Amino acid sequence: MGTYVLRRLLQMIPVFFGATFLIFYLVLGMPGDPLASMCGERGCDPATAAALRAQFHIGEPLYVQYFEYMKGIVTFDFGETFSRRPVLEVMRDAFPITIRLAIVAFTIEICIGIPLGLLAGLRRGKFFDSSILASTLLIISIPIFVVGFLMQYYLGIKLGWFRPTVSGEAPWNELLLPGIVLGTVSLAYIMRLTRTSVVENIHADYVRTAIAKGLPRRRVVTVHLLRNSMIPVVTYLGADIGALMGGAIVTERIFNVHGVGGTLYQAITRGEAPTVVSFVIILVVVYLVFNLLVDLLYAVLDPRIRYA
Amino acid sequence: MPSEDAALAALTLGVSAEKGAIGKPRSLWSDAWHDLRRNPTFVISALLILFLIVVAVFPSLFTGTNPKFCELGQSNKGGAPGHPFGFDRQGCDIYSRVIYGARASVTVGILVTGGVVIIGGFIGAIAAFYGGATDSVLSRFVDVFFAIPLLLGAIVFLQAFPFRNIWTVVAAIMVLGWPSVARIMRGSVISVKESDFVTAARALGASDMRILVRHILPNAIAPVIVVATISLGLFIVLEATLSFLGIGLPSSTVSWGGDINDAQASLRSAPHVLLYPSVALSITVLAFMLLGDAVRDALDPKLR
Amino acid sequence: MSHTNPSPGIPVDDVRQDGDPNAAVLEVEDLHVEFRTRDGVAKAVNGISFDLKPGETLAILGESGSGKSVTAQAIMGILDTPPGYVTQGSVRFRGTDLLTLPEKDRRRYRGEKISMIFQDALSSLNPVYSVGFQIGEMFRVHRGASRADGKKKAIELMDRVHIPAARQRVTDFPHQFSGGMRQRIMIAIALSLDPEIIIADEPTTALDVTVQAQVMQLLADLQAESKMGLILITHDLGVVADVADKISVMYAGRLIEQAPIIPLYGNPAHPYTERLLAAIPRVDLKGQELYTIKGIPPNLTDIPAGCAFHPRCPYTQPICSEQVPPLVDVSDGRRSACHFWKEVLDGSLQIR
Repeated sequence: MGTYVLRRLLQMIPVFFGATFLIFYLVLGMPGDPLASMCGERGCDPATAAALRAQFHIGEPLYVQYFEYMKGIVTFDFGETFSRRPVLEVMRDAFPITIRLAIVAFTIEICIGIPLGLLAGLRRGKFFDSSILASTLLIISIPIFVVGFLMQYYLGIKLGWFRPTVSGEAPWNELLLPGIVLGTVSLAYIMRLTRTSVVENIHADYVRTAIAKGLPRRRVVTVHLLRNSMIPVVTYLGADIGALMGGAIVTERIFNVHGVGGTLYQAITRGEAPTVVSFVIILVVVYLVFNLLVDLLYAVLDPRIRYA
Repeated sequence: MPSEDAALAALTLGVSAEKGAIGKPRSLWSDAWHDLRRNPTFVISALLILFLIVVAVFPSLFTGTNPKFCELGQSNKGGAPGHPFGFDRQGCDIYSRVIYGARASVTVGILVTGGVVIIGGFIGAIAAFYGGATDSVLSRFVDVFFAIPLLLGAIVFLQAFPFRNIWTVVAAIMVLGWPSVARIMRGSVISVKESDFVTAARALGASDMRILVRHILPNAIAPVIVVATISLGLFIVLEATLSFLGIGLPSSTVSWGGDINDAQASLRSAPHVLLYPSVALSITVLAFMLLGDAVRDALDPKLR
Repeated sequence: MSHTNPSPGIPVDDVRQDGDPNAAVLEVEDLHVEFRTRDGVAKAVNGISFDLKPGETLAILGESGSGKSVTAQAIMGILDTPPGYVTQGSVRFRGTDLLTLPEKDRRRYRGEKISMIFQDALSSLNPVYSVGFQIGEMFRVHRGASRADGKKKAIELMDRVHIPAARQRVTDFPHQFSGGMRQRIMIAIALSLDPEIIIADEPTTALDVTVQAQVMQLLADLQAESKMGLILITHDLGVVADVADKISVMYAGRLIEQAPIIPLYGNPAHPYTERLLAAIPRVDLKGQELYTIKGIPPNLTDIPAGCAFHPRCPYTQPICSEQVPPLVDVSDGRRSACHFWKEVLDGSLQIR
């Protein structure tokens, strides 16, 4: 197990450098003036332009730029936004809100998605299963922003059950509706994934053995079938939570949540390239960390991986 | 939105190239085609997609109104004779905007998917076929791209260009969308590589290229096709999301995502402005998802 | 982990125990199983009957598709329904017809009175639980034992099936064992509650020859210790020769010959058995062409009329394609389903 962990950690290093380099290249290394793309169509005022030049060492050789860029990352110095606030501080304020949102979404996904998926898998081909398949497909097909708008309109505005937008401090109850929206799409994926996994495993030889051992059906399902079926679902959940952390940018925008995604969106509309880039880098690291955790979790669940 | 690769994994679980079960490439395909023809889901979604393509290529067949002809006086009005869907905030005819918007979505979807299959398929196949150091290096390369979530990466990519047009959007999605296909192709080729008929071909002295193209690819490509079909739907959503966030297609191009974005301002007073492009978008994506589902069921030997 | 109460005892137990100690433990009578698929109804088992006495070893022999595994699954009650259905017949365990029992009661026999081991131990064992867990589970579920007791019993059983270093290996996972060891673990599980019958479905097919012999020897030893009945399902005549008391040969779902082992090998009473024996490679015929039975087993949705074997039989006569040969008594303990069994026995058949 130890070697497995070590190997995964080592694998993460080149990926980290590769990903940060890729972002660096996209921002600073592409042909043309980086300032032009950073400042967008409107262009920047001279003070901002000067600050940007200093921050990114524009004009100096590429390797100096890259060195300064990496130095900034490793020392957590991500520069400032156009309004002169340190990016790190902005991130620190926004993160807790996104975490709360992610927890709401996550709880909904698991508590509804897995049991329903299990039932659908056990009743494969029957009406329940078909309706689950149809409804999840429908949910997946409808882009999240449409789901978000529809829910905002019907549940928030028309029926008035929820506040249509979220206030600044974003307390838990206000995050319920965006959480539902955010969780809905993942819920559909989890239902399908659980169902497919159960269907695949239900004809497995070890299930047959468990039945032949005279175990009650409930035990066969919950102890033998479920544990094996959960493996792909859990790995998906891990990747999903990383994505949730990544700022549910669309959902936060629709409901005006001041989390990571919402802040990122504002940075995009204002053309604040440095903020955008810094946020993306931080999110990539978060995502990598979660991927690593998922891989470790996978090894815990499936003993065969530990010795691979 | 869940991460793209996780979503793809969720949708394509169960697809695999069955080892050695496909001695002759033809038997799997003719069986699959036979099943598909009888599958109502496939027929419906295929017809729908064909219809969409026609709409995209010949919009003038479906509407005579100019989608960019807007009179502010008609702002947010509902349906009227000759304008079945009503008007949006600028006073443009929604129906014709929906019709003309198809072109953007379909074009982006097809271009991106084509590019992604070629690039991803190529890299995945080479990595799997040659194995060893080549595989390690290429896999790390794939991992790097995987580490950047699709939406975020597309955003950063698009930031690099001061201008916006359909090609930057296509490139943005393609640059980060190919890893999923590469992984699927790699897994598929690895399992087909071990088949007896490949060993037989080698023993008969076939060259590497010949084995790869004539023997391995036809058998390994099934999961890739499934992923490509489903991805097409997801790519269309992604383009719409980018337009929705305001960094996708320029406002000069008629697109469903852009229209949905504009509709947010008048959500309370004129929900129909949001409704029609949303429905159009959803139906399009649904059609591709259904097609992908049907194709997967037809090609998956385990579900027989 | 929930603590299941031990079963209060199998209701109809040894009805005949005070009677004849040699009474059959298992009596299968006229069993019919079919599979309803979209390509048609596959008649997998077509009227098979046999019985098993305590301590006896019955080998069921046949090619793939002969219905031998399906028979075993029907006895155990683990048939995949749908698409499999038992349409006729009875399976009596000490007088109780298992097929008529509700599932709740039927389940009590599985693992306790009748156990089964399968061909591929790697896929038949749950990969995510330790072997100790999977063996101990039998005690925890059926006998209400605690985790610690279950583990203790697991170690005892692993010793009994000769797995070295049982105490250390009880927490290992199935993929950490070799093929032969895994099969022993399956046997340990099957053995755990001292069942009266063990059904072994191709237990050694996936193993190589030396390991095969060891596992078969283990089964034979265990059987001798506990007077357990053993049903051995296989297609391999070599494996059967050492352990079986009597052999039932199946073809296309029917029993076509049954005999004690020595008469069967020495003097078969059915062309199929005769051809099977002739197909065994023999050292003294070195240099000659290997013999095979021409053709392939029939498609079970479309079994040939009359004797199912007639398209492949070298001695076939017109009557063979018209009438299904009845299963007749050849002598004490021997039966054959061939119109010409007498001629096969005395070797006077003409090859067509």
